[in-house]
Amino acid sequence: MVWDVGSPLSIGAILFTVIIVAAMLIWVERRLLGLWQERLGPNRVGPFGLLQVVADMIKIFAKEDWVPPFADKFSFILAPPIIMIVILMSFTVIPFAPGVGVIDSDIGVLFVLAMASLGAYSVMLGGLASNNKYALLGSLRAAAQMVSYEVFMGISLLGVVALTGSFNLREIVIAQSDGWYIIPQFIGFLIFMIAGIAESHRLPFDIPEAEQEIVAGYHTEYSGMKFGMFFVGEYLGVVLISSLLVVLFFGGWLGPAFLPPIVWFLLKTAFFIAFFILLRAAIPRPRYDQLMTYGWLFLLPLSLLNLMITGAFVLWQEGAI
Amino acid sequence: MIQLIKDTLISQVVTLWRVFVHAFDKTDTVEYPDVQPQMAARWRGRIILSRDPDGEERCVACNLCAVACPVDCIALQKAEDEEGRWYPEFFRINFSRCIMCGFCEEACPTNAIQLTPDFEMAEYVRQDMVWEKEDLLINGTGKYHDYNFYRIAGKKIGGKDKGEARNEAPPVDVRSLLP
Repeated sequence: MVWDVGSPLSIGAILFTVIIVAAMLIWVERRLLGLWQERLGPNRVGPFGLLQVVADMIKIFAKEDWVPPFADKFSFILAPPIIMIVILMSFTVIPFAPGVGVIDSDIGVLFVLAMASLGAYSVMLGGLASNNKYALLGSLRAAAQMVSYEVFMGISLLGVVALTGSFNLREIVIAQSDGWYIIPQFIGFLIFMIAGIAESHRLPFDIPEAEQEIVAGYHTEYSGMKFGMFFVGEYLGVVLISSLLVVLFFGGWLGPAFLPPIVWFLLKTAFFIAFFILLRAAIPRPRYDQLMTYGWLFLLPLSLLNLMITGAFVLWQEGAI
Repeated sequence: MIQLIKDTLISQVVTLWRVFVHAFDKTDTVEYPDVQPQMAARWRGRIILSRDPDGEERCVACNLCAVACPVDCIALQKAEDEEGRWYPEFFRINFSRCIMCGFCEEACPTNAIQLTPDFEMAEYVRQDMVWEKEDLLINGTGKYHDYNFYRIAGKKIGGKDKGEARNEAPPVDVRSLLP
């Protein structure tokens, strides 16, 4: 058995790590929120409360898995696995380190965008199938949010793609050997990060679930492991967006040689995960029409401008203009 | 444009920084079962019945606390001893009803009923939440150390006639014309 892209060992290790990290985020998020709110967070179960995750898992598996009689049973059961499956699928194209990855796809960026967008179906189906007014409002908001962020999310990445000349995420990382894309593509980074927060339904853009306004939004009627899948799916989304930010703008596994490449990748990803949690602790939620206005009237033109300038720069470098 | 960037970007970054700085502040949490919290002296917790400085019960069974109680958790019955002092024959507080509002303490004319900072009153049996007079009475004076109702009030009891109370003039003899 060898460590190589697509080897069973590699696939197994990535799947295991990603799911464990997503589960541990339950604990990490609560501890970090506690730290920033001058509380302690869960510290009773095990050392530093690390086994809180196990306790939560036991609780969520032991809970009654109830399908409301008024719900559309088929879509109700179908919705939660979608978000987990599509986001786990997105991890297949992420280049973790040289030789670590699932597939080395030439359309990596497009694949991630496509899969992450399919995740919106999970939220919308779950909300519609629940046959509950709050769930309906939640999925309505999810649809409104999706049409506003999907467009500039894709366009913001095209600057990186234009600079590299490839949709392959591994080649994008290698192209950053002589300078991370955060510097030439700073605006692209900001826009993609805002879109990524909206994509993973995290505060400040957790508009579809908005527990202060519409109970729990699209997963109001869910319980037990079906709710757990939405929950873990959200954390998987955070890990995915963090690792995409690292791959696209912060040089992936690249870093000084005293640490192995995979450690650099994990450290950078952990930084962005912590940043996502800090965002949750600090920034309040906008109304969903405010997000739409902001997306369509400000971020979309800005991302188009960014793409235009980057394109002109690439052509000028090649001597075409 | 500058204003737009200031509103959308700079203010968010400032917010993020100010929240991040909280990481270096001391936590407010008290890890309660391991560390006993410092309770304020006027915390409204478990109710006690206090005694006057002579060691007698302060309660005169006037029923004002039972009337003031919004959840009717206090029950008592007046009795009178051979000296003429009033005292409760029984005094019962149902702590499963009590909401620790402190109205009884406010109503009490003799400072007998008082709330203490103790809050650890969980029981396994519901009936154990009903406390009788023997459970409520303490040996001390509680918050008011030198207050003694019968030494101040004008009521005549055994060993203290009218006009012998503290700060009290002897009663006027209405049949005498002398000033």
